[in-house]
Amino acid sequence: MQVKAPDRAAAEHPVRPDTPDRRPRTPTLLRRSRTLQGMAYAAPTAVFVAVFFLLPLLLVGQMSLSDWPLLAGDRGGNAPENYTDATDSTLFWPAVRFTLLYTVLVTVVLLGLALLLALLVQESRPGAGFFRTVYFLPGALGLASASLLFWGLYSPSTGPLSRTLERLGLVDDPVSFLGTPTAALLSTVFLVVWKFAGFYMLILLVGLQRIPHEVYEAARMDGASPGQVFRSITLPLLRPSLALSLLLCVTGSLLAFDQFFVLTKGGPDNSTVTVVQLIYREAFQRLNLGTAAALSIIVLAALLLLNVLQFRGLRHADES
Amino acid sequence: MGSTAGPAGTAHRLVTGAIALLAATTLVTACGSGAGGSDDGGGGDGTSAGGVDDGATLTMWTRAATRPQSEALVEAYNAAHKNKIELTVVPTDDYQAKVGAAAGSKDLPDLFASDVVFVPNYTSSGLFADLTERLDALPFADKLAQSHIKAGTYEDKKYVVPHTLDLSVLFYNKDLYKKAGLDPEKPPATLAEWDRQARAVDALGGGVNGTFFGGNCGGCGVFTWWPSVWAAGDDVLNEDGTGAQLASATAKKVYDTYRGWVKDDIVAPGARDETGVTWTGVFPKGKVGVMPMPSTTLGLMPKGLDLGVAPIPGPDGGKSTFVGGDAIGISATSDKADQAWNFLAWSVGDKAQVDVVAAHKDVVARTDLASNKHSEADPRLVTINELVAEGRTPYAMKFGQTFNDPNGPWLTLMRDAVFGDGASVDKNNDAVTASLAD
Repeated sequence: MQVKAPDRAAAEHPVRPDTPDRRPRTPTLLRRSRTLQGMAYAAPTAVFVAVFFLLPLLLVGQMSLSDWPLLAGDRGGNAPENYTDATDSTLFWPAVRFTLLYTVLVTVVLLGLALLLALLVQESRPGAGFFRTVYFLPGALGLASASLLFWGLYSPSTGPLSRTLERLGLVDDPVSFLGTPTAALLSTVFLVVWKFAGFYMLILLVGLQRIPHEVYEAARMDGASPGQVFRSITLPLLRPSLALSLLLCVTGSLLAFDQFFVLTKGGPDNSTVTVVQLIYREAFQRLNLGTAAALSIIVLAALLLLNVLQFRGLRHADES
Repeated sequence: MGSTAGPAGTAHRLVTGAIALLAATTLVTACGSGAGGSDDGGGGDGTSAGGVDDGATLTMWTRAATRPQSEALVEAYNAAHKNKIELTVVPTDDYQAKVGAAAGSKDLPDLFASDVVFVPNYTSSGLFADLTERLDALPFADKLAQSHIKAGTYEDKKYVVPHTLDLSVLFYNKDLYKKAGLDPEKPPATLAEWDRQARAVDALGGGVNGTFFGGNCGGCGVFTWWPSVWAAGDDVLNEDGTGAQLASATAKKVYDTYRGWVKDDIVAPGARDETGVTWTGVFPKGKVGVMPMPSTTLGLMPKGLDLGVAPIPGPDGGKSTFVGGDAIGISATSDKADQAWNFLAWSVGDKAQVDVVAAHKDVVARTDLASNKHSEADPRLVTINELVAEGRTPYAMKFGQTFNDPNGPWLTLMRDAVFGDGASVDKNNDAVTASLAD
């Protein structure tokens, strides 16, 4: 009787616990259940990404390979005509050059000013909160609204800026803020810097406040000058915030549209046409979605490449 | 038997065909005359408006540029009919894009007006329902502004009726004319006179300028410069709208005059930057002598401004105008075409044209109503109304991308010709032709 008991146990548990085959295993049903649970959790996001990102992307890809007029018409394939049409446009390369120039200009001026503002309001001195709010306020305004506001200000016939300058005796004739290519570019850059400096200041301010005070105190005790502190402590420790700002600023500038659409409409003399304006023009002026889609794919590819390079560069800098 | 079967069958088919034809004709006539629907007395001449007025709700789009006129017509129609129209006003710059996107998704409203220059693009793309029979059945069909009808005719089918007419005419400030020693009752009859009068007013100084124009606005250019070319008997486009004739000797004379104004500072500040948004806001301030403007702005002028209106002259005389504004049609996807036609037929009827359009100091869409009780009270309106028959509406499938696009080739031509030295007009004209034939 006593001998039979283990035999029964062995019959019930044929796999010995001290052998590999006898390790406890999650029952298949449970594993499947967990997998299904995980999939259920991920499903809403997956559906969201599929519907709102992947499908439109696929549709744009299909459009870019088809003759797809906005109005009624045949929608047959015509690859790669849309791509060649897009790059053959006399406005394409000037628009690429202008967008790059604008991006460099805005990025340098905007991030430089934002960093300066962040440094000015970094300390919790009396009034610092007020200035932080004031600097950030333009950021709360929509870009199209801000552009319209500046369009009114810049107008030589109805705007107050030109008249004020004339009354102050600083100029003799009405100032044409958007009348020449250089003036139009600089006037738009001024608007964008005014609008976004506070926003980037906020990002950099968070970064500055994450730098431990002890590091600054140690540097001061070692006799470091303010310049040395800035170069050797502030800038290196601020790198993650700077990297984020750089990424946002460059991407945003390469996709510039609203401000030019409202302020200059690409003028004067097509001198301020950006690549996104070209997409808009193909789609809604020339009513040709195929070429617009091809341009969109080209811009997407360029942005992907640029972002990958930026990430790689930043990671390399972090590692070194 | 067999021999009689043929003739008997043929006769039977002929009789059946005749009956069917008669029935179809009756139906068409009924549709056109309104026998199938209620009569609302759209015409003061006793003719019916046609269509159906059964209390349907119709959707309609119009662009912001002609909002006041559309709103006035819709309000008057809604007040007197069972059908109700819900009007949506779309920003002018976004209109073409909105129509295009809605057409792509088959989501067009029942009725939509369009800047008449874009109509050929829409008719050729099948966006409008065919109105040929309904329109021809109107007793005043041949009195409707023919330039709009022509713009809305594609492959011999008519798709639109005139909705709001906007003509380019010269506005001149009589007070400034008096101060400058000019006869306020003698507006310029030639481009050379216009030049002399603008310069005389400009010489007054003190913030007064001779003239003004939208120098960064392609649409403003076609609207106000082309009539000077037409007035000389020349044309600006070939018949099918695929070739530009904008480098003609007459056109160059027009550019030269404008270039002279820019060079000698006769133009009010801001012309170089003017994209068309504030273009019509300069003259009402009372500081500009003479400039071409849309006729629709007459009703919006300040009460104290003593102004005269005149046709746009050519270099050596003649007169013309750009018959612009909006034409309107029923969208091809609408399932309330009969109700929509009830509005369209009413809108071009005597009552609507006189009591709504003319009362609003706007241009009537019919040449037989050019002189009416409202226009007779203001001779300026008669001048404008009578110009409808003299003016033109250019026809081109690629009009928008060529002439209205701020990055299109016409604006380059305009600006080079006026703000530059004018040497590249011929080359730019080729670019315009390439865009038209694209």
